[in-house]
Amino acid sequence: MTASRLATGGSAIDRSRPIRFSFDGTSVDGFVGDTIASALLANDVAVVGRSFKYHRPRGIWGAGVEEPNALIDIGGPRATPNARATTEPAREGLVAKSVNATPNALADRNAFLDRFSRFIPAAFYYKTFMWPDWHMFEPRIRAMAGLGKVDTDWTSPGTSDQVNHHCDVLVVGAGPAGLAAAKLAADADLSVTLVDDQRKPGGSLGHRAGDIDGGPAAEWVEATIAGLAGGGHLILPSTTAFGIYDHNLVGLNQRQFDGRPDTLWRVRPRRIVLAAGAIERPLPFANNDLPGIMSADAALAYLRRHAVLVGKRVVIATNNDSAYEVAEAIAEAGADVALVDIRRDGMPVAPAKVRQFKGRTLASAAGRLRVEGVTLDDGTRLDADCVLVSGGWTPTIHLFGQARGKLAWSEARAAFLPGNPVDGIAVAGAAAGAVSLSEVFASAEKAAASLGQTKAAIPRSTGPEATAGIVAAWPMPGSKGRIWIDYQNDVTVKDVELAARENFVSVEHLKRYTTLGMATDQGKTSNLPGLALMAGITGRTVPEVGTTTYRPPFTPVPLASFAGARVGELMAPVRRLPLETVHRAGGAVFQEYGGWLRPAHYGGRNADAVRAIQDEAFRARQSVALFDGSTLGKIEVIGPKAAEFVDFLYYNTMSALRPGRCRYGFMLSENGVVFDDGVLVRLDEHRFVVSCSSSHVAAVHARLEEWRQDRFGRGAVYIHNATSEMATLTVSGPNARTLLETVGFGLSLADAALPHMAIGHGSYAGDEVRIARVSFTGDRSYEISIRADRAEPLWAHLRQAGQAFDAVLIGLEALMILRAEKGFIVIGKDTDGTTLPHDLGSDGPRTKRQTEYVGRRSLFTEEASRPDRMQLVGLTVPQGEAALATGAHGVERRGGKLHSIGFVTSSYESPALGQPIALGLIERGAARHGETIEIQHLGKHRTATIAAPCAYDPAGDRLNA
Amino acid sequence: MQLFPCPFCGPRDETEFHYGGDAGNARPDGGDVPIDRWANYLYLRSNPKGAAREIWVHMNCGEFFVMERDTLTHEVLSSTALGEEHTA
Repeated sequence: MTASRLATGGSAIDRSRPIRFSFDGTSVDGFVGDTIASALLANDVAVVGRSFKYHRPRGIWGAGVEEPNALIDIGGPRATPNARATTEPAREGLVAKSVNATPNALADRNAFLDRFSRFIPAAFYYKTFMWPDWHMFEPRIRAMAGLGKVDTDWTSPGTSDQVNHHCDVLVVGAGPAGLAAAKLAADADLSVTLVDDQRKPGGSLGHRAGDIDGGPAAEWVEATIAGLAGGGHLILPSTTAFGIYDHNLVGLNQRQFDGRPDTLWRVRPRRIVLAAGAIERPLPFANNDLPGIMSADAALAYLRRHAVLVGKRVVIATNNDSAYEVAEAIAEAGADVALVDIRRDGMPVAPAKVRQFKGRTLASAAGRLRVEGVTLDDGTRLDADCVLVSGGWTPTIHLFGQARGKLAWSEARAAFLPGNPVDGIAVAGAAAGAVSLSEVFASAEKAAASLGQTKAAIPRSTGPEATAGIVAAWPMPGSKGRIWIDYQNDVTVKDVELAARENFVSVEHLKRYTTLGMATDQGKTSNLPGLALMAGITGRTVPEVGTTTYRPPFTPVPLASFAGARVGELMAPVRRLPLETVHRAGGAVFQEYGGWLRPAHYGGRNADAVRAIQDEAFRARQSVALFDGSTLGKIEVIGPKAAEFVDFLYYNTMSALRPGRCRYGFMLSENGVVFDDGVLVRLDEHRFVVSCSSSHVAAVHARLEEWRQDRFGRGAVYIHNATSEMATLTVSGPNARTLLETVGFGLSLADAALPHMAIGHGSYAGDEVRIARVSFTGDRSYEISIRADRAEPLWAHLRQAGQAFDAVLIGLEALMILRAEKGFIVIGKDTDGTTLPHDLGSDGPRTKRQTEYVGRRSLFTEEASRPDRMQLVGLTVPQGEAALATGAHGVERRGGKLHSIGFVTSSYESPALGQPIALGLIERGAARHGETIEIQHLGKHRTATIAAPCAYDPAGDRLNA
Repeated sequence: MQLFPCPFCGPRDETEFHYGGDAGNARPDGGDVPIDRWANYLYLRSNPKGAAREIWVHMNCGEFFVMERDTLTHEVLSSTALGEEHTA
């Protein structure tokens, strides 16, 4: 028994509320207020995990976010891999497991790897397993390395909340500097948001000595928090500011302890005060990674917050003054303490009952599964069950770095401090290099002043004042033994030396070659020692080596937080028809088409679907078909220059259109490629309706707006997207007119009054309807547009009246067959990103139009004039053969090699023709009608004959039948 | 996340905006525009490091505008609605 819980004390724990959880299958007792780490220490669990690469036994290093070793997988309904035991609250019934250890941390069967460590330095695997292929070895190597395991049974605990928040001042860190800055800002009548990653505010004041304004620091913390809360300011405990993004957007990750997932905050403060403190560094000596070797400050935190004494025989090694308070407290708590100080003079007086070794360093530690003793550089051996180290303090300036703040090297602090000021951001406290409380408060005042807050008095330090007194103790090249720089990634001094030998001397290269500073802790304890070592190896100074780029997140953030509510259907919401429920009741099977949820077919599912679709397409040609075409674009173009506008937007001349008439045309992109096709309706002199493809409504609308604003001006044209305001019900087939006449719309449907490509205005049940005689089936068709909310009675009426005509409801799949029989194209299916209008047989405007239009110049390039362009064709197959595969290539043999001459774009069984039909884009296709070509699909070859695109009723008689 | 000032709606998150191209990339009209000139208009972008004049559209209100910004520091220098220069 070495580490233990003291009988009294512990500011964070509630001894009246004991809890029990399991770690690696063993029961662990603790109290509410414990972290998993503090409870494990109280139960003297030394080995809490295995290292990434060598499977070395590892113990708890720290007491906060910097923890490199004590990663655990939390099981159960809210499983989390790689949680830090030092920040994860212990709770009743929790199941925790060590990482990278089989079956457990204490008896890991891959521990043998460590004996081969001298053969597997940095980059060993990449260099060794190159032949024949790294990917052959990768799965097994990956299985042996790595940290936590993802629980494949994980289920979402629900939607992660996302909160947008604005305030005058955001203060990051509720230690003495942050609290003082928050108070100064609040006293200046600014709205303050104060965030801290601990459950209780106070920062270092929670375990370091200090008196403020004449009383204990704890009382000042409590009074300051009460004052802020009373003033209506927002205080967020258990919340980490993990990133500063462009224009000072700050991301916060708020832990929830009631079963809810974490909450993501997006904060837009006017000003930011960064008071995130500092992180203690390790010291370099051989075997400095043994369990039982930990941060001196962490040991003090466990003692004073959790009443855990980390050892009975404790060696403390330091290069600065901060360890003296630790030595005094640990000795007072009853441990035998030896203090090894690198300095010969200028250090504080050794506390009572503490043996002091001046001018000495640790050479090595010994022990198997935990530290058993140390050897000093003069050969002195000391027994120890715990070694506490303080290698100095690294200011937590990650957020400042993310905000593009430049760092300045301070020799006096042996650390990088914030350099040039960043607009709207001030750094205070230990993060700015302050050590004593007086310095901390002075830096808070300076931060407040730089943000324009100077009104109130700052707190005074009235107790003992901390001192720095640091003498740098960086890892040295050529050191004996295995000295760990980065615990989490198993990077030693020798690995950094190897990187330098192989010329990976840039700090960014060093990181990637050795993995120094990667993984979940992002090198919070290791980066500075690593780059200082590289400086020593290459004869440069630390600032000459520099730091790697600071990037968010500071600590891991659940991906679910970034997703928030944007999951499942909300990730990409589908557009829905006004009559969806009616269609469902009518037996429709729905599918998504270009963002719209539409009936694919009515009746028939799975294997029967094909038959149902064929049946719909067949019957549509017999009598009359009803189809919901509400998704068709209905974008109105209104204004004095509307005609000029549509002329410019369309490839075809549209201004010649008479009011009440429609015309089919293409819209091109500026590179000449066909962007959309559709029917343009001219309602009156200055009013058009662009009926674009269903899936292109948003894109066409955006394009119209762009040209309107950029070329014509806001006053010349007005664009209104009325697509969702109206439902469009299509009636198609030889009996379409007869059916409509039985319904009656108060207008003449005679062909003379309403010919093909004309519109008429009528009414139904008191509502205006617009009837457009356009056809996508090749049969006589009427598109009836009515207010979306009044469409249901009309649809019911059409269905009821249709019974007398054996009317059939058709879905989109049958419509696709009908239009393909006619050779009508779908943009993006029968065209690709190179198709020009003349490839589709529309050469008239290109050769004749004299006025300007979008894409015009691109139709006359060398490329656009090539004789071997792919052109739209129909394809037929020999009698009795099955339909071609969509996507199959037309091929030719040229010089013994197969060469693609195009591909099949649409292919169906045609029930009207009783044989397969297909459309395709084939080189020189327009001039090759009647020619038989070779078709290749998935290695199989067959033939097809090129034909005109229109396979059914080429004369167009059925339009007026 | 950058804040872009829509001249009509004020500062909004950059995710609400789409890029619309270089400002001042005037369209040459005509079927006989020299092909190099047309290619410049279609494809060539200056992609400056530093100050840039760009067209952006605020998707929420649908309005296009000219924004001057620094592509390196992400500082927004100005934002103005498109003029009515084409309407004459």
